[in-house]
Amino acid sequence: MSDILPMLAARDVRKTFGDLAAVDGISLDVAPGEVVCAIGPSGSGKSTFLRCVNQLEKIDSGAIWVDGELAGFRQAGGALHELSDGEIARQRLASGMVFQRFNLFQHMTALQNVTEGPTTVLGRSRREAGEEAMALLARVGLAEKAAAYPSELSGGQQQRVAIARALAMRPKLMLFDEPTSALDPELVGEVLAVMHDLAKGGMTMIVVTHELGFAREVAGRVAFLDRGRLVEIGTAEEVLVRPTHPRTRDFVAAVLR
Amino acid sequence: MTRGPAEFALGNLPVVRRRRWGRWLAASLLLAFLAWIAWSFAHGQIHWPTVGQFFTAPAILRGLSNTVIMAFWAMVAGIVLGTVFAVMYLSPNPVLRGAALFYIWFFRGTPLLLQLLIWFNLALVFPVIGMPGLIEFRTVDVVTPFVATLLGLGMNQGAYTAEVVRAGILSVDRGQVEAAQSIGMTRLTTLRRIVLPQAMRVIIPPVGNEAVSMVKLTSVASVIQYAEILRNAQTIYYANARTIELLIVAAIWYLAVVTVLQVGQHFLEKHFSRGFGQRAAPKAAGDVR
Repeated sequence: MSDILPMLAARDVRKTFGDLAAVDGISLDVAPGEVVCAIGPSGSGKSTFLRCVNQLEKIDSGAIWVDGELAGFRQAGGALHELSDGEIARQRLASGMVFQRFNLFQHMTALQNVTEGPTTVLGRSRREAGEEAMALLARVGLAEKAAAYPSELSGGQQQRVAIARALAMRPKLMLFDEPTSALDPELVGEVLAVMHDLAKGGMTMIVVTHELGFAREVAGRVAFLDRGRLVEIGTAEEVLVRPTHPRTRDFVAAVLR
Repeated sequence: MTRGPAEFALGNLPVVRRRRWGRWLAASLLLAFLAWIAWSFAHGQIHWPTVGQFFTAPAILRGLSNTVIMAFWAMVAGIVLGTVFAVMYLSPNPVLRGAALFYIWFFRGTPLLLQLLIWFNLALVFPVIGMPGLIEFRTVDVVTPFVATLLGLGMNQGAYTAEVVRAGILSVDRGQVEAAQSIGMTRLTTLRRIVLPQAMRVIIPPVGNEAVSMVKLTSVASVIQYAEILRNAQTIYYANARTIELLIVAAIWYLAVVTVLQVGQHFLEKHFSRGFGQRAAPKAAGDVR
């Protein structure tokens, strides 16, 4: 490990659902500004791992540090104390999450979706939050859709609003959970373009994706997961072109076929 | 079927509409029935000037205002209690959940009239209420007909509204909660800002329906001497024997209040359905930027 503090440090993280070990001992460091793409067959645990980072799932064992802060617990007096609902909510501010199904607030316009967090959670003024939200919507190319409700937007537009909503909280780490999997093929490009732009701007990102082309172009490292384990991690070149593990080889071959 | 030359000529022929004898018959019977009802009311033992005279009588207007005030506060109590118990019902805490289940079971399982009588006779169980040693009241002084009615109607309504609110909360997609949490909202803020506003779309129609019921249910409180409109109408006709006239006065007022409520419900529904239902056609690709 290098001397700079990693933005994300995960150590032997485990999460089981009943008998199924969805995440079965994953350790991963992500440096500030790095983009890591997680690939793997469905059920490999990549989405669950991402949700553990954001504490949408509670881990069974192991530990996760986001920006140097231990997620979910406070270390004191030789014991780990579970954090309260409010403290977990505060910790979640360090990371922003983009969901496969967008999950925009249906009863709010695009602009209200973006300003909701800054005003309600951070207590910023409506005017200031509104101006910043407009700038963010412009950045994802949707300034003129500010007054539209999610039901009036295409999937690609909704996902770009969702990215703007996450960015409005000024997160240090962005988590993307299959952001283009629910999109019509012709709408994938517009979302990937925004993510590409974000990566170039130096955002630390973990992207769970099936878009190997995007991984190859943008990812500093690619991680291949299978059955809850981190099978192989390395540069895009190493993992996607010259995979060492047979399972990685099979997966990449199957996807590229 | 191939199209023969003869069919091309059909366009020039006049069309004779089919006679719908059944509709004519049904409509005639109904109109005759309505005419008979109207004739009966016009020629029956009804002194219409009395209806007009008592329509705005002070006792009637006081009763009307008591009815509206009671319906309003009982509904407020019902919605507040219903929301609290719905959230308790959905809580992971088994004690809270059990308490909500018991509340709903008890108040839905006993007749409203019986509940009103229990509240009104509460002094038999708790002769005094308050903080022992600090402040105490005689229950008979505190539980007036107004208080007993409010408690009875409000608690009863809360049990029904709890189920409606619970259904509304469950109708909101789980992803909405996760998205709210991901931008740092606490559970309570998520409920207040994201879940309940969207649940309202599902909650409002049945609650509006219950508000209409509530206006009329207040008449039950006449048994414990709450001076709502029906009780005051009765008091008047016990004195002047104009029974049907005063009942008509009360009926018209009930209809008026309910009509106003329905208009209000329409606007509330419109407000809370924003963002839903107006599913626009998918935007063309060229429309993106």
